[in-house]
Amino acid sequence: MFSRDVWKEIFEAIQKNKLRTFLTGFTVALGIFIFVTLFGMGNGLNNTFMKFFSNDATNIFRLYPTQTTLPYAGFKAKRQIEFENGDLDDIIKEFGPLIEYITPRIRRSALVTYKDKSDNYSNLGVGPGMQTAEQTIIMKGRYINTNDIRKKLKYAVIGRMVEKDIFKGDDALGKYIDLDGSVFKVIGVFQDDGGDNEERNIFIPFTTRQLLEGNNDKIGQITLAFNEAIGYSGAMKFQGQLDDFIRQKKQISAKDSGGIRLENVADDLKRNQQFAGVLKIIISAIAFVVIISGIIGISNIMVFVVKERTKEIGIRKAMGATPRIITSTILLESVFITAIFGFTGMVLGIIVLNLIEGKVLEEDYFITNPSINIGTAVFVTILLVICGTLAAYIPARKAAKIKPIVALRDE
Amino acid sequence: MIEIKNLHKSYKMGSNSLHVLKGINFSVEEGELVAIMGSSGSGKSTLLNILGMLDELDEGSYTLDGVPIKNLNETKAANYRNKFLGFVFQSFNLINYKNAMENVALPLYYQKVGRKERQEKALKYLDQVGLKEWATHLPSELSGGQKQRVAIARAMAAEPKVLLADEPTGALDSKTSYEVMDLIQKINDQGNTILIVTHEPDIANMCKRIVHLKDGIIIEDKKIEQIRAAQYVQ
Repeated sequence: MFSRDVWKEIFEAIQKNKLRTFLTGFTVALGIFIFVTLFGMGNGLNNTFMKFFSNDATNIFRLYPTQTTLPYAGFKAKRQIEFENGDLDDIIKEFGPLIEYITPRIRRSALVTYKDKSDNYSNLGVGPGMQTAEQTIIMKGRYINTNDIRKKLKYAVIGRMVEKDIFKGDDALGKYIDLDGSVFKVIGVFQDDGGDNEERNIFIPFTTRQLLEGNNDKIGQITLAFNEAIGYSGAMKFQGQLDDFIRQKKQISAKDSGGIRLENVADDLKRNQQFAGVLKIIISAIAFVVIISGIIGISNIMVFVVKERTKEIGIRKAMGATPRIITSTILLESVFITAIFGFTGMVLGIIVLNLIEGKVLEEDYFITNPSINIGTAVFVTILLVICGTLAAYIPARKAAKIKPIVALRDE
Repeated sequence: MIEIKNLHKSYKMGSNSLHVLKGINFSVEEGELVAIMGSSGSGKSTLLNILGMLDELDEGSYTLDGVPIKNLNETKAANYRNKFLGFVFQSFNLINYKNAMENVALPLYYQKVGRKERQEKALKYLDQVGLKEWATHLPSELSGGQKQRVAIARAMAAEPKVLLADEPTGALDSKTSYEVMDLIQKINDQGNTILIVTHEPDIANMCKRIVHLKDGIIIEDKKIEQIRAAQYVQ
C-alpha cells in the first residue's frame, strides 16, 4: 500500500491536476488557519480578562458611601452618607473574627513636585491593609505601617511610574517631595501588575490626609478583607450582615437603593470569568463551524474530483485495477493533500498569532498574548484530515464500485 | 479459448425490460481473428462487454481458457481482466496525463510487475507498434492512429489470452484504419486470439471469421478468406 509506485501514482495525479489540488488544499489550509487565529484571539481575550481582574485580592468587600434615595427615620432623601474613623472600629468590634484586615481609602488628586519637575497624581490616604488588597509589590523601601498611621507621619509610597516621571531615573527613596504644599518623605517605591495607571498612584497614611484637611475623621471608602476560611457561602452571609449593620448605623432604609454601595470583588470576578467563558465558547463555536465548512468544502471537491476522474477509473478497472486499489489510491491522495495543507495552515496561523501580539492589540482590542495550545491545533488539524478522508471515502468507494462499462461510456 | 452457451442479457429501462442478447452460442479457438458484425442495437457491443467481464450475463455460461466465468465480484473480475484480457476501445481511452510509455505500462502496474521490468516491456511493445520514439509523449501530442497504436500496445503489454477491440477503427479515417488493421493482423499472425466488434464490412473482411448478429441472435457465422491490410498501406 505504501510502495514507491503508489506514491508515484499519487504524485503524478497531484502534479497533473495542480488547480484541483490547490483548491482542495486551499480550503483545508484556510479552514485550519481561521480556526487557529480565531481560537488564539479567543484565548487572548480571555487572557485580558484574567489580567484585569486578577491583580487584586478576591476576598474583598468595598463599601462606598453614596446619597440616599428614600427619606428615613426623619431624614430627607438625598442625604450624603459619610464614613468616619469610628465606623472602622465599630465594624471590627461587631465582626472581628470574620475580618482579615480593614482599611479606609481617601482618594484625592495632588500636584506633586520634586525639584523643577511636577505633575498631578492620584493621592490615596490608606491603611497598611491596602497593600494586600491591591496586591501592591514593594520594589524598594517599605509600605505604610500602623506606626505611620498613629503618628500621622508625612510619609509617601510612590509608584514606579511616578519615580520614572519626576525623579528622572534618580533614586527616589529618602528624598522629599512637595505634595500640594506639604513636604513628604518617600519611604517606598512600588509596582503593580494592573498596569501603568496603577503605578501612577501615591499612597500616604489616611490619618495624615485627615490632618491636612483640618484634622477631620472622614474616610472615603472602606475596603474590607474577610477571612477566607469562611468560604463562599460564609462571605455571602457576611456581606448581608455587614450591609444590614451599616444601614442601621447610618440610618438608611433597608429598601434604599442608595446610601451605601457594597461591592463584592469575588462576585465581580466570578461574573467576569463567566462572561469571558461565554465569549470563549462563542469564539470556539465559530471556529468549529469554520472547520465544519472546511470539511464540507473537502467533500464537495472530492465528489467533483471523483466525478471528473470517472472515466480514468473506468480505464484503470479495465486494465485490472481492483476496487480496493482504486479506493485506497484516492484516499491516500486526499489524506496527503489535507495533511500537507492542513499543517501549512496551522503553522501559518500560529505565525500570524505570534506576529500580531503587541501593545496596540492589547490596548485597543483587549487581546493579550493571543495563542493556541499546540496540542489543540494539531488535534484539529488531524480531525480535519480524518474528516476529509471520510468525506473522500464515500465518493471514492462509489467510484470504485462503478462498472467499468458505465465509466467508459461516460464520454 | 472462449466458449459461450445460451447467453441471455437484458437491460431494465424503467418498467420495460430490453432483451438484448437472446441465446448466443459461440466459441472461439486460439489464434482466431473474429469480427463481430451487426447494425447498431444488434447486441454486438453488449456481447463484447460480457466477454470482457465489463458487464455481467443474466443467463447461460461463459468459459474463458477453461475457467468458468461466473459469480464474479469486482475484485475477481478485475484480476481476471488483468490476467486474461486486453482491451482496445473506439475512443482509445488513454489516461491523458500519462505519457505513451506510462499508459502502456499501466496493466503491468496492476499485475504488480516491478518498475524496471514494466518500463522495458512497455518500450518493447511500443517498439512493436512502431512508436518507440514517441514513448515520452502525452496522448494529446499524438495523432488518432498513433493513440490507437499506443492503446493496442497497452492491450498487448499484459500478454493477454484474448484481445478485445470495440470498433478500434471507428474514430479513424480509412488510411489510418488500414494501418491499425495491419498491426492487428500482424499481432494475430503471432498467434494471439483477437475479437473485433465493427460495423464496417471492409474491416470485417480483414478478419478470418465473421459473426453476424441481428436482434440479439447470431444469424451468420462463417470463415472467410482474409484480406491483408498491408496491401493498402504504403
